[in-house]
Amino acid sequence: MTHLADLPAWAQLIASFFILIGALVTLIGAIGLLTLRDFYDRIHAPTLGSTWGTGGILLASILIFSVLQSRPVLHEVLIAVFVTVTMPVVLMLLGRAALYRDRTEGIETVPSIETVSGPSDDTSAETDGK
Amino acid sequence: MSATILIWSVTIAHVLLAVAMVCQAIRFIRGPRAQDRVVAFDAFYISSMLLLLTFGIRTGTTLYFEAALVISLIGFVSTVALAKFLMRGEVIE
Repeated sequence: MTHLADLPAWAQLIASFFILIGALVTLIGAIGLLTLRDFYDRIHAPTLGSTWGTGGILLASILIFSVLQSRPVLHEVLIAVFVTVTMPVVLMLLGRAALYRDRTEGIETVPSIETVSGPSDDTSAETDGK
Repeated sequence: MSATILIWSVTIAHVLLAVAMVCQAIRFIRGPRAQDRVVAFDAFYISSMLLLLTFGIRTGTTLYFEAALVISLIGFVSTVALAKFLMRGEVIE
């Protein structure tokens, strides 16, 4: 722990704030993942951990290593960019897969294909209007 | 010892992230369907990556950062493969 004692007090306070915010937000997302009832509710909860959870801890890491080494240390931005870019892709793929599975099993709670698809080829869709 | 606040907050963050991983593991075990387990796995590797980052802050080495980068890369690929498998029944078509 000797390297952390070299930090000035303002850097310690800001870094502690960001670390605690990140860990708390990740825990809130995990509790939401555990307690929400439906799958389509639960898929929203882990995004807390991947946005501000990751962001807070990475900001604290950038601050601590930049102050310690007296130069900007920015390689944590790699993780931030990667997680921020990939998380929507993953959750959209999972949501589509879950919707597909629910539809093929005939579960009534998900919207069927006829009610959510846009204007189709038959004439009834045109008379209904969009 | 002037780093008391930072050391304590890192320790509290370790505890909070471990509790978060326990919640996600319970969802992973209990999850009624396969997609619930995949979402829980996705959140689980994000939390483990954050835990490694806080270990890196505590020890001051960059080894933990590289481990976290590898976890985030491989976790994305594995979750996409699992989602493809849930949708199509096979990964590489």
